[in-house]
Amino acid sequence: MESKDYLKDLTEIKDLMNRSSRFISLSGLSGILAGVYALIGAAMAYYIVTNSARGYLILDGIIFNICVFILFMIAFLSVVTAIFLTTRKAKKNNEKIWDKSSRRLLINFLVPLIVGGTYILIILEQQKYGQSGALMLIFYGLALVNASKYSIGDIRYLGYVEILLGLICALFPGYGFWLWVLGFGVMHIIYGTLMYYKYDRK
Amino acid sequence: MSLIENINKVFDHRIRLGIMSILMVNEYADFNTLKELLDVTDGNLASHTKALEQAEYITVEKQFIGKKPNTRYIATKLGQVAFQKHIDALEQLIKNKD
Repeated sequence: MESKDYLKDLTEIKDLMNRSSRFISLSGLSGILAGVYALIGAAMAYYIVTNSARGYLILDGIIFNICVFILFMIAFLSVVTAIFLTTRKAKKNNEKIWDKSSRRLLINFLVPLIVGGTYILIILEQQKYGQSGALMLIFYGLALVNASKYSIGDIRYLGYVEILLGLICALFPGYGFWLWVLGFGVMHIIYGTLMYYKYDRK
Repeated sequence: MSLIENINKVFDHRIRLGIMSILMVNEYADFNTLKELLDVTDGNLASHTKALEQAEYITVEKQFIGKKPNTRYIATKLGQVAFQKHIDALEQLIKNKD
């Protein structure tokens, strides 16, 4: 027996750990792309706002609507990309994409996110938009921390970083745009790259 | 040798090793999830979960979801520590062989 069997044991342990909590590894490439979308979107918004007649953002008017539209597009494209890449990966590895662990992960991720998103829309309606960047970061961070209970550790740390950035953003609302870029753009790319090297590349 | 002492007899089986691996990275797993992942029969899985339960490495929660009975398995602190030790011992053994 000995060496060979033990090695096989270890390989099997690793394989089962990966397969049973596979939803962590969806994030590699889709994380990077989500970050890229966020950066492109932010650049577009920045360009449009600074080149507008006023040079800053006010709540009504077409420029604000364009910014909201860009925001929704970033979210939409990120979700579509994540679903597409995850499905492809699951098919390649012969795994089911929609099972209890993925469902649990998704529900726990969506609850804080939808509550946060709705809350932001409500306060925007009430003309209170100074904190919306901070709130986006905080609720997104909480959603990640909450979802991390249902997969292995790593997205928790991304969640903590987003929450921290959100709180800093709440203190310095003037830097909201740049902290948003840092949180949704740069952090996603860093996280996605780390995950890609850790799990995806074999 | 102390290395061999750390090899845990309770884990000396593919399926038990598998059950523990899954429970290490998941908060809990139910019977059917384990069955599907490990590709074993009901009876086989039940006897191995029982062995782990007797060693107090996992706990069992029985409940009903609607009318269907549902059994969840959760790794105990003791089980997690024992399993980690076991893996470390395996790795040490392999290293020493080379």
